[in-house]
Amino acid sequence: MMATTYREAMRNAIRDAMVRDERVFLMGEDVGRYGGCYAVSLGLLEEFGPERIRDTPLSESAFVGAGIGAALGGMRPIVEIMTVNFSLLALDQIVNTAASLLHMSGGQFNVPVVIRMTTGAGRQLAAQHSHSLEGWYAHIPGIRVLAPATLEDARGMLWTALCDPDPVLIFEHGTLYNMEGDLADDAGPVDITHASVVRPGADVTIIAYGGTLRTATAAAEVLGGEGVDAEVIDLRSLRPLDTDAFVSSVLRTHRAVVVDEGWRSGSLSAEVSARIVEHAFYDLDAPVARVCSAEVPMPYAKHLEDRALPRVEDVVAAVHDMGA
Amino acid sequence: MTSTSDASPGATTDDVAHGVHLLRQMLRIRRFEERCVELYSATTIRGFLHLAIGEEACAVGVMEALRADDAVVTTYREHGHALARGMTMRSVMAELEGKVEGCSRGRGGSMHLFDAETRFFGGNAIVGGGLPLAVGLALADHMQGRPRATACFFGDGAVAEGEFHESMNLAALWRLPVLFCCENNLYGMGTALERAESETDLALKAASYRVPSWEVDGMDVLAVEEAATRAAEAVRGGGGPHFLELRTYRFRAHSMYDPDLYRDKAEVEQWKHRDPIPLLSEQLMGQAVLTQDDIDHMEAEVAVEVDDAVAYADAGTLEPVEDLERFVTSPTGECGP
Repeated sequence: MMATTYREAMRNAIRDAMVRDERVFLMGEDVGRYGGCYAVSLGLLEEFGPERIRDTPLSESAFVGAGIGAALGGMRPIVEIMTVNFSLLALDQIVNTAASLLHMSGGQFNVPVVIRMTTGAGRQLAAQHSHSLEGWYAHIPGIRVLAPATLEDARGMLWTALCDPDPVLIFEHGTLYNMEGDLADDAGPVDITHASVVRPGADVTIIAYGGTLRTATAAAEVLGGEGVDAEVIDLRSLRPLDTDAFVSSVLRTHRAVVVDEGWRSGSLSAEVSARIVEHAFYDLDAPVARVCSAEVPMPYAKHLEDRALPRVEDVVAAVHDMGA
Repeated sequence: MTSTSDASPGATTDDVAHGVHLLRQMLRIRRFEERCVELYSATTIRGFLHLAIGEEACAVGVMEALRADDAVVTTYREHGHALARGMTMRSVMAELEGKVEGCSRGRGGSMHLFDAETRFFGGNAIVGGGLPLAVGLALADHMQGRPRATACFFGDGAVAEGEFHESMNLAALWRLPVLFCCENNLYGMGTALERAESETDLALKAASYRVPSWEVDGMDVLAVEEAATRAAEAVRGGGGPHFLELRTYRFRAHSMYDPDLYRDKAEVEQWKHRDPIPLLSEQLMGQAVLTQDDIDHMEAEVAVEVDDAVAYADAGTLEPVEDLERFVTSPTGECGP
């Protein structure tokens, strides 16, 4: 085992991919000389040179589209977008081109591009750098959407994503980069299709992903102290959803709480809840509960931001409310 | 090269054959699209149908300058580009009829023609959306050291999109092998260029990104071919992106839904005097390398090809609805080294 951070794990994933496959390159704003807005790619320019660690102008649509085109041309690009809010400037390329090309072309042109971006709040970055819009992307057929929440996934999801013949979006929660922990010396590529049971339990299923996994796990600890045995599930893949994983858990626990940093209305939590209701309705002992962000553009002031986000006590309260 | 008959001083047999070839290509596109109008009226073709009647010289001239391993990215007004690139009339017509035999298996329709074999990367119906894609294809060639060009077609309307400016800048900054082909037909749908652009000199805009730029008579197929050949060679040779403003005109409305209320009929009629097809055929007849009989014969051959394409499409099959969700994701994964 070795001590590492989420940031270092991600950097090692990029380095490993670059070494394994010379078609792989990283492109984005300030990924080179600056070292990456969140320092993920620090040092990689020196290691791989400017052809493969490409600084781009502030042209999200052009460089995301260029990543798609380069993928069509036989490369395996990793495109980094600083934050999910900026990805909206490239939404046309992601949705109208990357996600649609295979289908529109009758199966002729697949797009093996990986697009990474930071998501989420918690750093007082206010309303244009803090949102959790991955649920929007999870709405779109033709793309895979991943949310690494652990060191293992930060280290392992990228290579598997690069092996996918179709577009993959990876959402890295901004507050996770400094997360520390131990990673196996031989940590490497991981499965990207299944959800995982992070903490087994019998009384309630708490479903989370990305930045909210820690909230869910902390809530489970609190509940454990009260004698409530909570199971925590990390969705890992937001599209496609591993429906069997959380439905089979709920069939055992009979209660479900979905924790999602996105806004409640039209959210990923809504989709997860709907699937639980579709597949496990008669096994539920209580209505499905959701803990989401307050429906406001994320405020700057810390006390307001804290209150806007899903908190441990909100999850615990939701479980109490269902009589567990 | 060998000299030909005394009736065409200076012209070689190759020149003559080439001129006839260009004429035939333009005629194929024209007659194909005229048939599309009939089929649209008969409701055999549905959806949006954008015709390039009047603009054939742009498609034919540029495609003549491309090699098999070059790539093409284009717009929703792309029947001509597809045919001139070498896609079969059958596969394009079958696509317009929504059949499995179509070049996109009926998943794309008129606006989304694709063909891997001729490296035809589509039919993009988002104005300006194809430009970043072309930059990326060129980036892949650049990074792999392949001397290829990616031809990217777009209209004057795309110049108002951010993608035009972002792509022009990125391609120039990285000296990528893109041949930008702006078909300036003076209207973005119904909005005249001067009502959309503070600066209507489009070549000047491209030049501001240090992209070598030319204005070309888009009604003269020989002029287009010459400019495109020169530019494509420079692009392949490492000269960075080049930009051609092809000045052209569409004789028909924007789409089948367009009542064409925004432009003067006299303007349309005036441009028809510069129709690229008679322009070339009269030139060839003037050089006495082609007779009216030859043209009639060519028309008859093209009519046979169009009839055959329609018959092929009519006899085509519909994708089983059970396959509706195919091609959303690739069937199997692949893994690099």
